[in-house]
Amino acid sequence: MDNNKHLLDIRGLKVSFWTEKGRLTAVEDATFSIKKGETIGVVGESGCGKSVTSESILQLHDEQLTDYEGQILYKDRNLLDEPERKLRKIRGNEISMIFQDPMSSLNPVFTIGNQLVESLMLHRKPSKKAAYEKAIDVLRQTGIPSPEKRIHDYPHQLSGGMRQRVMIALAISCEPELLIADEPTTALDVTTQAQILDVLNELQEKTAMGIMMITHDLAVVAETCDRVVVMYLGQVIEETTVDQLFENALHPYTIGLLKSMPSMESDRSDQLFEIEGTVPALENIPTGCRFADRCPFATNKCLQEAPVLENATVSHKVRCWNYEEIALERGNGYATTTS
Amino acid sequence: MPQPLLKVEHLKKTFPVESSGWFKKNEVKAVHDVSFDIYEGETFGIVGESGCGKSTTGRTLLRLTEPSGGKVIYQDQDIFSLKEKNFRPIREDLQMIFQDPLASLDPKKRIGYSLEEPFIIQKKGTKKERKEMVLKMLERVGFSEEHYHRFPHEFSGGQRQRIGIARALVLNPKFIVCDEPVSALDVSIQSQILNLLKELQQDFGLSYLFIGHDLSVVRYIANRIGVMYLGEMVEQAPTEELFENPLHPYTKSLLSAVPVPNPKVKRERIVLKGEVPSPLDMPKGCVFHTRCPLAMDICKEIKPPTYKVKENHRVQCHLYEHSEVSEADGA
Repeated sequence: MDNNKHLLDIRGLKVSFWTEKGRLTAVEDATFSIKKGETIGVVGESGCGKSVTSESILQLHDEQLTDYEGQILYKDRNLLDEPERKLRKIRGNEISMIFQDPMSSLNPVFTIGNQLVESLMLHRKPSKKAAYEKAIDVLRQTGIPSPEKRIHDYPHQLSGGMRQRVMIALAISCEPELLIADEPTTALDVTTQAQILDVLNELQEKTAMGIMMITHDLAVVAETCDRVVVMYLGQVIEETTVDQLFENALHPYTIGLLKSMPSMESDRSDQLFEIEGTVPALENIPTGCRFADRCPFATNKCLQEAPVLENATVSHKVRCWNYEEIALERGNGYATTTS
Repeated sequence: MPQPLLKVEHLKKTFPVESSGWFKKNEVKAVHDVSFDIYEGETFGIVGESGCGKSTTGRTLLRLTEPSGGKVIYQDQDIFSLKEKNFRPIREDLQMIFQDPLASLDPKKRIGYSLEEPFIIQKKGTKKERKEMVLKMLERVGFSEEHYHRFPHEFSGGQRQRIGIARALVLNPKFIVCDEPVSALDVSIQSQILNLLKELQQDFGLSYLFIGHDLSVVRYIANRIGVMYLGEMVEQAPTEELFENPLHPYTKSLLSAVPVPNPKVKRERIVLKGEVPSPLDMPKGCVFHTRCPLAMDICKEIKPPTYKVKENHRVQCHLYEHSEVSEADGA
């Protein structure tokens, strides 16, 4: 793989927080990269560290309580070493973010126009008039009807879907190279979700920005992403192309997730597959493989030694001691998602 | 045809809102003229987007909020017309599972007590009997005796939902309203709860009203489905029929919007324009005409009646006017 093409390259990222319960490591050894024009999905259940990873890219955590290790390379610079002054030039400008809940991320006492113009003035320093024109233009790009009127609205005057469009407009106003979307459609209804995903898709085609899509919804991943990173309890456990993931998942956790999802095509009379047990707490992480005590394939080795992320094929990484046997057992044709 | 366990007829619920005019009284029509039946041992699913009135329907038919109109017939009597005193013994048969199990369990009470409370309210059993029954139910949903003395905060989300289920079941009800019981849960936990609900339905012969916004979940658990939009039930049909042959334009777009967990399948989406109108300002005619890709002139003026396109398939849309109008009771 050509390293220069990577827009963002995360290597061995470790994020720990100082909490009442002591130092907790929320993300350990996260390694993946994003190319220009690519959409990469980061999936996992609550508490797996997907949001912590994304917020670490722009270092949005409380700096006094957070320790970062590893590297986040953006344009050959390690963002973790950059001074705050330089990071500010990147945040919201070259790398921007969409949050899950637009109501709590928009300022309720300013009009959406104020907020859009603020970020434009900060990074681009145009005239006020030009900034307003640009703001109207980005609102139009996100599909908001009559943006020249809407720009004077306050966030509470807009519906959930409209607010999320404003969030997207804010994020893309400075034409970022990388857009981090943290559960951008989780709070929305399916028909609105379809609209928002379409908007993101169109914008990406126009601007060739990289998108990091953080979600727990594998169906959204299937529809929007090129590659997928699966996280479990703070670790990347599998990374591959979206086609490979759905046809040929190797990690038992990913296989379990895919099987436990009721889908529109699955057989309704079948019992849904269950992953036994629950995710362990961060303060008592298992010593061996973190998934071992829930894993149907677990051996003694899994309980004692932690596996590393290995290359199963050129484009498929997995963190599992037994992936070869699992692949064999599931047959060459590979079990489908609904098996 | 078997007799329905529960017959919902022309259910209405309006909420008063503060109005801008001095003497004008404003109201939100949260549920408007909804009729459906629930048969013994079946699951009736209600799907729709936020604000469509699906949760209000569930809550109103258990009289958790007082209805504004309509009837619910259970055991040959209209439970809406009963006095609270006479209705209380019937509540035993009709229970509810809530979306957020943490918010619906008292944080200061031990799980054991929370589960015994239904017996206390219904004045049933001695202390010893109650504990015995609660322990049996806890075991049935996958807990052991030690959990009896714990507090809600000591459990994970999925476990709390099991407790919510156990509490709905202790009085041995016949009918349970499940209001988005898995929406707050992760995929792997969601499947555990869905399987449990299905098992319990078989073991106890329960009927469910399953409210959800995730169509793939509702499709998995429901035998029949009603689709709601802006307070009205625009279509109802058996699950397979609804997914293979959706009739209402809203149902069609809703189904097409559901993402498919298969990257090889690229479906044609019907993306709806605009937004759901405010229930304060309901459109005249068909509720969906402002966003309907197939809207005709008649849709803007006259509200469509419910047409019976097939024996079990009802749709509220002018496109099907050649079909027979369903009898007023919407059975």
